[in-house]
Amino acid sequence: MSNSERPNQLFRNLNAKIASIPMVLTALVVFVGGTAWTVLYSFTNSKLLPRLNFVGLDQYHRLWATPRWLISIENLLIYGVISLVFSLVIGFVLAALLDQKIRFEDTFRTIFLYPFALSFIVTGLVWQWLLNPDFGIQRVVRDLGWTSFSFDPLYNSSIVIYGISIAALWQGTGLIMCLMLAGLRGIDEDIWKAARVDGIPMWKTYLFIVIPMMRPVFITTLVIIAAGIVKVYDLVVAQTSGGPGIASEVPAKYVYDYMFFAQNLGQGFAASTMMLLSVMIVIVPWAYLEFGGRRRG
Amino acid sequence: MVDVAASPSDAVVLRRDEAGPAGAKPRHALSRRNIFLYGTLIVVALYYLLPLYVMIVTSLKGMPEIRLGNIFSPPVEITFEPWVKAWATACTGLNCDGLSRGFWNSVRITVPSVLLSIAIASVNGYALANWRFKGADTFFIILIVGAFIPYQVMIYPIVIILREIGIYGTLTGLVIVHSIFGMPILTLLFRNYFTSMPEELFRAARVDGAGFWGIYLRIMLPMSLPIFVVAIILQVTGIWNDFLFGVVYTRPDTYPMTVQLNNIVNSVQGVKEYNVNMAATILTGLVPLIVYFISGKLFVRGIAAGAVKG
Repeated sequence: MSNSERPNQLFRNLNAKIASIPMVLTALVVFVGGTAWTVLYSFTNSKLLPRLNFVGLDQYHRLWATPRWLISIENLLIYGVISLVFSLVIGFVLAALLDQKIRFEDTFRTIFLYPFALSFIVTGLVWQWLLNPDFGIQRVVRDLGWTSFSFDPLYNSSIVIYGISIAALWQGTGLIMCLMLAGLRGIDEDIWKAARVDGIPMWKTYLFIVIPMMRPVFITTLVIIAAGIVKVYDLVVAQTSGGPGIASEVPAKYVYDYMFFAQNLGQGFAASTMMLLSVMIVIVPWAYLEFGGRRRG
Repeated sequence: MVDVAASPSDAVVLRRDEAGPAGAKPRHALSRRNIFLYGTLIVVALYYLLPLYVMIVTSLKGMPEIRLGNIFSPPVEITFEPWVKAWATACTGLNCDGLSRGFWNSVRITVPSVLLSIAIASVNGYALANWRFKGADTFFIILIVGAFIPYQVMIYPIVIILREIGIYGTLTGLVIVHSIFGMPILTLLFRNYFTSMPEELFRAARVDGAGFWGIYLRIMLPMSLPIFVVAIILQVTGIWNDFLFGVVYTRPDTYPMTVQLNNIVNSVQGVKEYNVNMAATILTGLVPLIVYFISGKLFVRGIAAGAVKG
């Protein structure tokens, strides 16, 4: 196609097009290109360097036969369910409590949200210290006289992922609370008045009227939490480094370790493609509803 | 339940309530509902504050006191030595110049990354809001959906791109990476803000002959300072707290503070000095915490804007 035929079309609004170059490059080269590249190379037997030597689904077979990957997936599922359920429930309850026209609302909100300003590294290290069996909570309770008390999640491979979830919830619930609070503030006062006139108890109003009305907020929050769950990496690195043994490994760490330490790029690519797949299962329906619906409307 | 009027007697009770859960005996004005409400909030608030408190007390104790005592007890003898050591002499590998190096690296990463990413995204959001061209929305949707792609999928291709350009392992490379990954959220933020500004303003400026850059610099920029502040807050905390990009795209001598902190605390060599570790942890968390406490409601607005689509 020769551009000279219709220069107006191409050069119209030129400044806006120039301003959009970074966005176009990011979208096409990094997001689409990078993703396609990784997916393509996940079908090769790349080791130290990426090589286009296709081996079909070999990397995926090997991946799903590796105990460390299976543990990572199991941990991610447990961590995911805990994060999802508890951050939604705690976040909503805290938001509902703050929405009762209480005094010192700003103070409480500031306290609940400050952990969110901290990095996962800082969060992980603080909780590593609190959960330290020799000095932390376990020791304090034992010193009080309950000598058989045991609370050492970070050193017990069967419950280590729960120890990590505690830290994650401490860090992240504040955000969910804020989103929920914004949603609650969007509910018309008249709804509350009507419910009260009808004598509907408060918990019923929340459960059957307010929560269904907040559906969009819940969906957005769910997507945000889900995207965050799959990305979990720094928290585990800081808190346990994947230990004890490989008990607290997560997929993101698997990818990083295979790409940059084990020099087994193909495994890293296959594992990251699996991560992509899991995110897409959540995102594609959501994006379709969000953008597809809006354009039609 | 919505109109819980705060009568004068209520206020007295509440203030007493605030002083501590073990405070006053229930009075007639202190309804069962208020006890439950404030009791729950105060207990939860204490839980949220506990780690910060433990960090601070631990960092002010000497090691002998930590070994003997209780992590929750306040320090008997306050010492600032752990802080000095964490800042100036803590070791990572062979380097023993403390966290100060990581701090300055993080400053040199954060400042240009924040400026560059906001410059790009604000102009971009402005173009999307006021100068739409064919196909712009498609790229925008790719950008937003791309924000949800796990970083792990794109890490390695970016390594290759940076290596080809010759800036892999440098701070410049990391600044570019931060600008790329900050773009979706910031573009969304700015696009929504500029879209909500009155259309007449833009039209009037057009009639007066102002062009793309003229309108941006003379009208949009001065009128949207609050959203720039929100973007700065979002980016400063986000980039300062980043670990993954720091560890992938820099070398040990250019590691940002978070990576260096993790190396100091989780190093397997030597005797563990928990007080130094906690001092180092607070030092690393200090910048985002200060930003958070100063910015107050704007921080909330930033994350809400970032999280909820407009």
